[in-house]
Amino acid sequence: MSKIVKITKEAAEFLNKIEELSGEKITSCIQCGICSSSCPMVNEMDLMPSQIMSMTILGQKEEILESKSIWICASCFNCKVRCPRELDLAKVAEALRQVVLRTATDKININDIPEDEIMELPQIAIVAACRRLTN
Amino acid sequence: MTMKLPYYPGCTLKTKAKNFESSALEVAKSLDIELIELPRWNCCGVVSSIVSDNLIEHLAPIRNLIRVQEMNEHGLVENENRLVALCSMCFNVLKRSNLRVKENPDDMQTINDFMYKEEDYEGKVEVIHLLEILRDMGFDKVKEKVKKDISSLTIAPYYGCMLLRPKSIAIDNTEDPKIEKDLMMALGARTVENPFRKMCCGGHQTVQDKYAVARNTHTIINGARKAGADMMITSCPLCAFNLDNRQKLVKEAHPEFEHMPVLYFTQVMALAFGIDEKYMGFEDNYIDPRPLLREKGLLKAVSHKE
Amino acid sequence: MVEKKSQKIGVYVCHCGGNISEVIDVKKVAAEAKKISDVIISVDFPHMCSELGQQMVINDAKEKGLDKVVIAACSPQFQGPTFAKDLEKAGLSPYVLEMANIREQAAWPHYDNHEKATEKAIDLTKMAIEKARKDDPLEKGELKIGNRVLVVGAGIAGIQSALDLADAGFKVTLVEKDPSIGGKMAQLSRTFPTEDCATCILSPKMAAAGDHPNIDLKTYAELQDISGFLGNFSVKIKHKPKYVYEEKCVSCGLCEEKCPVNITSTFDEGLSKTKSIHLPFDYAVPYKYYIEADSCLRLIHGGDTCGLCQKVCPKDAIDFNMVDTYEEIKVDTIIVATGFDIFDAKEKPEYGFGKLKGVINGMQMERIIVKIAEGVILKELGKKIAFIQCIGSRDKQIGRPYCSRVCCMYAIKQANLIKKMDPTRDVYIFYIDIRAFGKGYEEYYNTAQENGVKFIRGKVSELIEDPDTGKVIVKAEDTLNRQMIEGEFDTVSLSVGVGPNEGTQSIVEMLKLAKSADGFIQEAHPKFKPVDTLIPGVFLAGMAQGPKDIPDTVSQASGAAARAIALMNQGKYYYDPLFAFIEKDKCNGCELCIPSCPYDAISMRDGKAEVNHVICKGCGVCISYCPENAIDMNLYSNEQLLVEVKNAVADKGDEPRILIFADDMTSYRMIDSVGTAKMSYTANSRVIRTPASGRVTPELILRAFYYGADAILIAEPEEISSPYKTSFKEMMKNYNKTLSIMKEVGIEEERLLALPFVTVMLVKFVNTVNGLNNLANKLGPIPKDKREKLVENLKERLFGVRNE
Repeated sequence: MSKIVKITKEAAEFLNKIEELSGEKITSCIQCGICSSSCPMVNEMDLMPSQIMSMTILGQKEEILESKSIWICASCFNCKVRCPRELDLAKVAEALRQVVLRTATDKININDIPEDEIMELPQIAIVAACRRLTN
Repeated sequence: MTMKLPYYPGCTLKTKAKNFESSALEVAKSLDIELIELPRWNCCGVVSSIVSDNLIEHLAPIRNLIRVQEMNEHGLVENENRLVALCSMCFNVLKRSNLRVKENPDDMQTINDFMYKEEDYEGKVEVIHLLEILRDMGFDKVKEKVKKDISSLTIAPYYGCMLLRPKSIAIDNTEDPKIEKDLMMALGARTVENPFRKMCCGGHQTVQDKYAVARNTHTIINGARKAGADMMITSCPLCAFNLDNRQKLVKEAHPEFEHMPVLYFTQVMALAFGIDEKYMGFEDNYIDPRPLLREKGLLKAVSHKE
Repeated sequence: MVEKKSQKIGVYVCHCGGNISEVIDVKKVAAEAKKISDVIISVDFPHMCSELGQQMVINDAKEKGLDKVVIAACSPQFQGPTFAKDLEKAGLSPYVLEMANIREQAAWPHYDNHEKATEKAIDLTKMAIEKARKDDPLEKGELKIGNRVLVVGAGIAGIQSALDLADAGFKVTLVEKDPSIGGKMAQLSRTFPTEDCATCILSPKMAAAGDHPNIDLKTYAELQDISGFLGNFSVKIKHKPKYVYEEKCVSCGLCEEKCPVNITSTFDEGLSKTKSIHLPFDYAVPYKYYIEADSCLRLIHGGDTCGLCQKVCPKDAIDFNMVDTYEEIKVDTIIVATGFDIFDAKEKPEYGFGKLKGVINGMQMERIIVKIAEGVILKELGKKIAFIQCIGSRDKQIGRPYCSRVCCMYAIKQANLIKKMDPTRDVYIFYIDIRAFGKGYEEYYNTAQENGVKFIRGKVSELIEDPDTGKVIVKAEDTLNRQMIEGEFDTVSLSVGVGPNEGTQSIVEMLKLAKSADGFIQEAHPKFKPVDTLIPGVFLAGMAQGPKDIPDTVSQASGAAARAIALMNQGKYYYDPLFAFIEKDKCNGCELCIPSCPYDAISMRDGKAEVNHVICKGCGVCISYCPENAIDMNLYSNEQLLVEVKNAVADKGDEPRILIFADDMTSYRMIDSVGTAKMSYTANSRVIRTPASGRVTPELILRAFYYGADAILIAEPEEISSPYKTSFKEMMKNYNKTLSIMKEVGIEEERLLALPFVTVMLVKFVNTVNGLNNLANKLGPIPKDKREKLVENLKERLFGVRNE
């Protein structure tokens, strides 16, 4: 059975919110897919970066926020320097993460990481992960 | 005359990447550069805040920039607005925050008002990477200091993200960087081009999903290996960890995988400059480069530390 | 302005078959007009534009010796030209006609208020009479034009224009920077969608251009400078040395055999070798040898070095002492056909062009395909071939947001040709959108699909080489399936886009042409003057104006030729005397006006400014810059605008009066349309026509308030659709300057508005004017003392204190 995406008022609100938070004009996306082909983490993603863009335009809030992709983005900005419309998808991903994190949700719990691993990790990795993945 | 420059170390250079700092400081010294640690520095902010409504996250980096003003006021440096970073991540975060407030006077005002106990940031500091200092002074000068022939080394430079992206902070051509290659050539090493030299190592994902990062490590190291390199260099302690330590996971998944040493560029410089081995801190590298270096005749047969 | 002491003015009030007379008391209008001095005739008539009406005007003018004619009827945009011709028939200047627009501006919009409409009609007629009193009996400007044309660039665009012009009997100088004509098309394999061989269709045209008695071909030549104007352009041409005398060379090829220097062939895009002395290409026109100076041993080292070619030349055609030579020619019109450059893929290093063995560009692919047909392998393509689209097009990262319009089709063509040669090759095209917009293009795209070319919708981000196999790894998102795909290819062809070239840039500077945002040359109007430029007598053909395929290029080239012919065929060029002029005795030589002119029409002569009437377009923006009031212009003189203003407010009584300064091209027509649509707006308004709103000086606005205007609207086209380059900016500048003075004096700033319009903004106009009327009603009239203050020390306030 194929799925039907309903076009609702809430959908437009979600797009507006993400555009405002990210500062990016998401509707400028031409769906060329270069973000996906330039992404170092794309093999780990369930939704393609380009798909995140088109689904944000359609306001598919739940599917996006529940996706693995927005959390696996490493903010490397390779998509930003390649996008023919100069869109910064790292900002879009961050905005989407913030929507979740600001509901007092953490994506990682540092206590879950075994101590020997914590000891091994460089400080910068831990702080960066907390900045990107926790509230 | 010695060039005195304010220097921002950041957390990791004081802990996991001591070898980066110690080699860098010694190398700088050889080049008549004194890197003076920023008094009362705080966290750079780590990973630039990139949503539009998060100005407060730029406070930490800007506070560090105020310290540079203070260094000038207190006579620690003279009329020197450049702040040198070694860690690529710190460099990126400090430079981006600096750019944001320079380009948005309102943001600058807000931050200054918020930190009313600090003096105002005047927007004059320029965040600069050590690699840029070396390039600006001329790689010829670096060449003059070379004491050891390292031409037997074939090195694959690795840039990662934070020195090159976004374009507004890039220290070199975003798509075709040469700065590390030129430096290594000045040192007398052979270089090869790894097609994955600009590919992200996975960064902080190493905390959340180390296997994903290891897969990137595999790709990147293989790229260097295929290109004919026997070691890689980097300027980022996070990349260094992912490319170096995560080789353990690569090896677990791919027993045929061959380890490759990953060095900070300053370690190679120290080697070529003939600086005392203790400053190179090779014992802190996960994949020990010493066997390779001994094999190439670049280190004494057995180091007393082993 | 010479105003005759006693004039004879005829006034004719039209009923327009009831259109006007059912609303307006036309008899009253005529009677009021009659009261004005010098009006010797004032009559009303059912249809002024009928033969009877027109004849009446002609007869009166002749028999009663009228000096000026005022027709109160429809818009001057409507029947103005008709009555102007009548005046010419009567032996008068067509410029002593004024029309009072009582239909579109009074009868129609104020159909619901007969009394006010009549009052307005009387005012409009009075304004026209007073303006007419100050009309000069000007003559039409006239320029002699000859039949000499310069065509710059001899690609297919320039060749087509040159041939059309030459066939029509005009004398063409065709200048080409390369040693042969033919341009980029000469390098192409076949043309889409018909797949006819490019050489086969181009070479006859090249030969025809080379032989034509009316075409003077100048190859290996560059323009140094162009000055002058329509009918009188001076063109300085530099001839670069070919080191071979064209008239002596018999193209025997002995020189090339002996030449020891191998160089890469630019014609083959670096894929083959040629000699330092060589023919441009196999069917070059002229078919003569030349030496590429930067590779020739003798030319580099001098003395007796080498010189082998000279020794073997049987015709003694080689001369190493040739130098640049210059000549200057005169032409009447110019066609710019300077072409384009392909995008240099090295600007996108991530695709490895010039670095990875398997990566080529679209033009190299053309050469490879051409040579395969000749049995020469420039480069092995291998079994798996990929095309990557939009390299240097639709990409903001490199400042090229536009579509290059040819790459989709040339890639499809190349793919088709490869498939035809060998159906077993596996060919992929990675695209963003396939743009197959031309005649037969979509069908041709379908042919490629039927030939088994695989289309993948996704842009490739970077190319890397497998060092072991030397193959190129292509990775992309298949966006239609939302999956990543990856493959190794033997050859990857970058379908590079097009951009303006150096030649275009230099001619833009020489002729002061406008460029559009994409860097190509801006046409005079994107819809209706697509081959004209804003410089009279200069036309555009081909890619210099923007990306286009060969059919469009050839059409445009013929269009440009036709436009040039239309102009030159008359032998004369007539133009309205709409230009500014300097009153020399007032000019103090301060030179402030010179940079204000967007067309560089003002220069200094003997310490005084001078306006070149041919170059001046009559926008009037310079007038605001003169502290001495020494600049004036025809058709809209300072005095005329002022007298219109005075009469527009003279009889306002207790009602507010709203003045509207409307530019001729857009706003005036828009206000006509409001009338035609019978959209009612306040009858307290009076419209004054201007050439452009940059013409409305701060002084004029301030005096309008002084005389009694309660609110003023300055209406101007939106910046992008303005026929005058700087008018909008100048209007805003004047507006702000005026506001600051109003503020000083304490007059409400809301009384003055300066707004952009397009011709369809009828509602916006109505609302704006009504809004101003409401505002004026609310605020009441401006007190007399404030009005007087407004015009005190104007010179000092507008231009600062000046040391006299």
